[in-house]
Amino acid sequence: MKVTIKLFATLRDGRGKILEKVYSEGTKIRGIIKDLKIEEKDVAILLKNGINTKMDIEPSDGDYLSIFPPVGGG
Amino acid sequence: MNNYFGYQGVILRVNLSEGTIKKEVLNIDDAFKFIGGRGLGTKIFMDEVDPKIDPLSIDNKVIFMTGPLTGTATPTGGRYMVITKSPLTGTIACSNSGGYWGAEFKFAGYDAVILEGKAEKPVYINIVDDVVEIKDASFIWGKVVGETTTILEELHGKKARVAAIGPAGEKLSKMAAIMNDRGRAAGRSGVGAVMGSKNLKAIVVRGTNKVNVKDPEKLKEAFSRCMAKIKENGVTGQGLPTYGTAVLVNILNENGVLPTNNFQESYFDKAEMISGEAMAEKYLKRKDPCYRCPIGCGRYIQIDDIEGAGPEYETLWGFGSDCGVSDLAAILKANYWCNEYGLDTISTSSTLAAAMELYQKGYIKKEDLDGGPELTWGNSEAVIEWTKRMGQGNGLGAKMAEGSYRLCESYGVPELSMSVKKQEMPAYDPRGIQGIGLNYATSNRGGCHVRGYMISPEILGLPEQLDRFSIEGKAGWTKIFQDFTASIDSVGLCLFTSFALGADDYADLYNAISGTSLTGNDFIEFGERIWNIERLFNLYAGIDPSQDTLPKRLLEDPIANGPSKGHVNRLSETLPEYYKARGWTENGLPTEEKLEALGLKEYKYLMS
Repeated sequence: MKVTIKLFATLRDGRGKILEKVYSEGTKIRGIIKDLKIEEKDVAILLKNGINTKMDIEPSDGDYLSIFPPVGGG
Repeated sequence: MNNYFGYQGVILRVNLSEGTIKKEVLNIDDAFKFIGGRGLGTKIFMDEVDPKIDPLSIDNKVIFMTGPLTGTATPTGGRYMVITKSPLTGTIACSNSGGYWGAEFKFAGYDAVILEGKAEKPVYINIVDDVVEIKDASFIWGKVVGETTTILEELHGKKARVAAIGPAGEKLSKMAAIMNDRGRAAGRSGVGAVMGSKNLKAIVVRGTNKVNVKDPEKLKEAFSRCMAKIKENGVTGQGLPTYGTAVLVNILNENGVLPTNNFQESYFDKAEMISGEAMAEKYLKRKDPCYRCPIGCGRYIQIDDIEGAGPEYETLWGFGSDCGVSDLAAILKANYWCNEYGLDTISTSSTLAAAMELYQKGYIKKEDLDGGPELTWGNSEAVIEWTKRMGQGNGLGAKMAEGSYRLCESYGVPELSMSVKKQEMPAYDPRGIQGIGLNYATSNRGGCHVRGYMISPEILGLPEQLDRFSIEGKAGWTKIFQDFTASIDSVGLCLFTSFALGADDYADLYNAISGTSLTGNDFIEFGERIWNIERLFNLYAGIDPSQDTLPKRLLEDPIANGPSKGHVNRLSETLPEYYKARGWTENGLPTEEKLEALGLKEYKYLMS
């Protein structure tokens, strides 16, 4: 399945902004995070198609993930 | 050296009509009941000013008030607040600012200055410890904030701190801010116009005293613990220092709640171009922290021949997606001119967005533009030029400087103003974030995100992730966030510390400094008292609960695009729950029992 991964803030360092990746069916978000060499503690906001999601969810073909480290303010 | 702890024990009263200066003793019982800053300032204001007065009349007063932690060795302990009746909303106004002015004022030996009356000619106040003078300001009247500050620093020394209004405040723009240290603002609710209405250009201050600490050992312990929490927390230790608040552009857009084209849309496909990441890459020169701040969210930017305070997230949103603009350079320049003219960036940019919708729909016509750039979505030249015209108060710019509500109302379409109680809402679409909608609707100063930042649990997942589309439990969360925020403001610390600190931490810092013995729960309950006294002021001022609402667009028109498509704000369901959580009547009035429980019973006679 094809998954688009959008990275933000410091997570872009050495990885880039938008990644198009192909994973085998059944891969969970946790596995994708590991594949990208991102530590789980560095994931503060995790969205699938713009909606909050969790590490143990399996994305579907064509989904996109948005991943942010701890950031905020306002 | 005085006999107070945390407080200086002196309130300065300057009557500008009579030219008199008095020093009064702080009522310490009131201070212990309302903390200081926003709380104590509102209490004093409530006791001295009839809520029904015209905000721009001689009867209004302006209180610059510090908190007991302002000027102390606490993280971010440098804030001051300006309390007055807002000319924008007609509600109580309390605008909060960082920088260095607040701490310097406290070092001069005062907790507050109360400004009354109106000077015959433009004046400024110069304070050097116990010497206070009212001085002629004709040579700086009409000048922008940067130049005013430079001139006053040349006269009074580089160590002097300046809080001043720009031309917008002089011309009584209802969006005028009070600027201190050049780039920090007591920004919202038009507090700069009230200062302008008194012919007061600036307050210059230099102080060499200290603030007494009751228990230095206890403070040392609490300070170390709080500093460690702030450093270890991902938001305050890493996120804010690296990107400032600007990092929110992409977060809100990815969630589909970045208002675009005056809230006609909620997803901006060019958000990346105006993001914190883009700003850090292209224009960031350095961090620009406030007094004793370990976070340092302030940005110092440089672009062409302009350098200074960079835009906050709300400013990037306002001049950016809300005006359909993807030109980051234009936003930085509009922000610069807001600081120079002394304009609130949220109200100014949101009014510009409203003007663009008026232009889109044919209410404002090309011939009305006085030769200025067309008010079309995405027009970079327009955001810079019309910001200047609002600051100068020229032609259509003068009409716009009244704020979006009055502008849209003058064309017979007030519903196009994205405001609550006539104050423009900030950068978070309440249709896709239910709690922030309730927050906006019930804020005591109209549309505002710093009266309980529900974005924290609903978007950032702090302290826990709430479902932003759900209304469940949002009333209770909103109430606690509002109360907690009121107390943090009142002690004189920055709200950003609350990403890392809990109520017990604030109580410990306050107790160590002032010798009080508050628990964390007490601390939040003090905030509830403050919230209720603000509410009472507004009710007496004639702001009835029917104004606890949101623009029709947010209640009826579903989000048009992006990941939050199809949602509206469900305020009719959350508002009754909120009144209940507050212990108010179903019509939104504080009950006698509630007022008694909060120690506010002396105000209940006003309810009849």
